[in-house]
Amino acid sequence: MKRVYADLHLCADCDRMEQVSQVVSKASKLGYGLVAVPFRKFFEEQIRQVRETCEKAGVDFASRMDLRPRTPEELVTNLRKLRRRFEVVAVMCESKTVARQAAKDRRVDLLNFPQPDFRRSFFDAAEAELASNCLASLEVDVKPLLTLEGPARIKLLSSLRREVTTAMKFHVPIVISSGVSDGMLMRKPKELAALASLFDLSGTYSLEAVSKNPAAIVKRNREKLGPKFVAPGIRIIRRGKDC
Amino acid sequence: MKRRYLAVSIDSHETFSSHEFMDAVWGAVSKLFGEYGASQVGLSLIDYDETSKSAVIRTWHKTLETVRTALASITQIGKKPVALHVLAVSGTIKALHRASEKQPIS
Repeated sequence: MKRVYADLHLCADCDRMEQVSQVVSKASKLGYGLVAVPFRKFFEEQIRQVRETCEKAGVDFASRMDLRPRTPEELVTNLRKLRRRFEVVAVMCESKTVARQAAKDRRVDLLNFPQPDFRRSFFDAAEAELASNCLASLEVDVKPLLTLEGPARIKLLSSLRREVTTAMKFHVPIVISSGVSDGMLMRKPKELAALASLFDLSGTYSLEAVSKNPAAIVKRNREKLGPKFVAPGIRIIRRGKDC
Repeated sequence: MKRRYLAVSIDSHETFSSHEFMDAVWGAVSKLFGEYGASQVGLSLIDYDETSKSAVIRTWHKTLETVRTALASITQIGKKPVALHVLAVSGTIKALHRASEKQPIS
């Protein structure tokens, strides 16, 4: 079966539809079959417009929400309000307590650690074990790898290598996303996979990180958000009086 | 040792000379993999078309991913924004031209 490549963090500015259209059509030309665009809030009209833009470009669209909670309680509150409204939910973990809560919560799809500083790296063995039990994936944005240079990039690569090794040890799926809003920073899926070799994720693992893993997240959530879903492994086949 | 030919598309509003292009590629390989890594890739420019903004470069088969990574990491040539995309990879130039015709980017 042909691989479908996905970019789950295409940060187009949803207030400017022409920019969204440019970025989405570029993604289509680069070979992506599925993109997820983060929204700041649940604006049904905006989501519908972006979905139409993606359909015109021939790309599958998934709505995404990036949560940046300051406390675990705030995370739980936001998840309760927003989980059923977006197909992909990512948590930007900026503290250890938030990272732990996000890893424990089954409603979280992606764990993103935006801090390149190894002293503030929260993705350790305990975190990975929690994430592996709850189906959360580790997301790596490639944008800092392209924009940073010198010691900053060295620190980032060192930190990413450690996180990826921990994730693989505990069988936490890894998702590689672009994290870019500018078309000039967009790369083809195989180029993203090649960049992953800089932090020792290579071969089939890197290709899965840009294809199978992100697509599985979207497929799983679409089933859960669908009208026929009841519980894992249980779905409605037929309704009516004579069932 | 086997060789691989890469068809590269230069995505930019500006035009660059072949020297500028190869300087950027060598610079990226050196920056990411050091002089030792750069000495192993065996890079060579085979063809460069300034009008169509495309190039064909040659590398050793074993260092193909190294070169691909370096090309992906390039974000500017001479302070002008650019993105390099690998359109096709092949073991022969003839097959490369056939494959790259099917993969336009811009």
